[in-house]
Amino acid sequence: MTMSLVIDLSLLTMMIGVAFAMLRSRHLFAVVMLSGIYSLLCAAFFVSLDAVDVAFTEAAVGAGVSTVLMLGGMLLTARREKPVTPGRAPVALIACFATGAALFYATIDMPAYGEANSPANTHVGHAYVDDTPNDIAVPNIVTAVLASYRGFDTLGETLVIFTAGVAVVLLLGVGSTRGGRDVVDREEDAA
Amino acid sequence: MNQIILKVTTKLLFAPIILFALYVQFHGDYGPGGGFQAGVIFAVAFILHAFCFGLDETKKAMPEKALKVAMVVGVLFYALTGVATMLLGGNLLDYDLIDPESTHHAGQHYGIILVEWGVGVTVASTMLMIFYQFTGREPDIDQSDW
Repeated sequence: MTMSLVIDLSLLTMMIGVAFAMLRSRHLFAVVMLSGIYSLLCAAFFVSLDAVDVAFTEAAVGAGVSTVLMLGGMLLTARREKPVTPGRAPVALIACFATGAALFYATIDMPAYGEANSPANTHVGHAYVDDTPNDIAVPNIVTAVLASYRGFDTLGETLVIFTAGVAVVLLLGVGSTRGGRDVVDREEDAA
Repeated sequence: MNQIILKVTTKLLFAPIILFALYVQFHGDYGPGGGFQAGVIFAVAFILHAFCFGLDETKKAMPEKALKVAMVVGVLFYALTGVATMLLGGNLLDYDLIDPESTHHAGQHYGIILVEWGVGVTVASTMLMIFYQFTGREPDIDQSDW
């Protein structure tokens, strides 16, 4: 058993543990903090997969800003989740187990991690690694793919973030107690 | 909201966080990072400021109106870089046309830096705007309410 396997397994075990702790807790502050921890563990796992760019994004966005935004969202709601009474029919349990079993079954067909002959490593991935020094001449291949080869996709992603921001401003920005304008419903509109 | 240690620490950390964001922004060609991560780190500096000094103080430093403008400017900056390469006679986002004479693809470098800047501005202003909207709706809550 190699050292990296031990690290991977312990990280994944901790992630499962955190996920169950999130399920059990009814205290929303604790749930938000645990989700931040989950993202941080996820980022560490990405580092062990040599995906440092993804790990960086997960640590900054998942563990950092998402946690803060969820704390902000918590301000607008109650501090504790209502206790749920479990229903009689175990539909959710059966659906979860069926989906999980299907996913486990699908992993049998997947190539081993890092296998040279896997589809991800033979076609387009190989081409990017080969061509980036000649086409783009940028040392970080991830940036070359993100901003140049797939520049149009990244434009779409930027628009998605912009749209999310506009949606939040439209939904929450009007009539707030601090900032924003108060909306006065006029009589003739109601009639 | 009278924690002197937090306030002093925030004042010390604010500038290095912004500096790190700029490093991540412009070093994305050479190492991990880029516009998305840099924008988030930039926004986090102001969020930290809001946590320690209150949202009203942060809104004085970074007004909401400026964020609205920055959101639009970031997206347009990216899109117009693509349009500019089209006007130069190529495809959308075909950066080689920015510097066609170059033998080491300098145009690609310029293009990537330009679009990453657009991404960074959009992400930073949008994240901060969402934060403003969520936290600006209710008056500050008491420490014990958490």
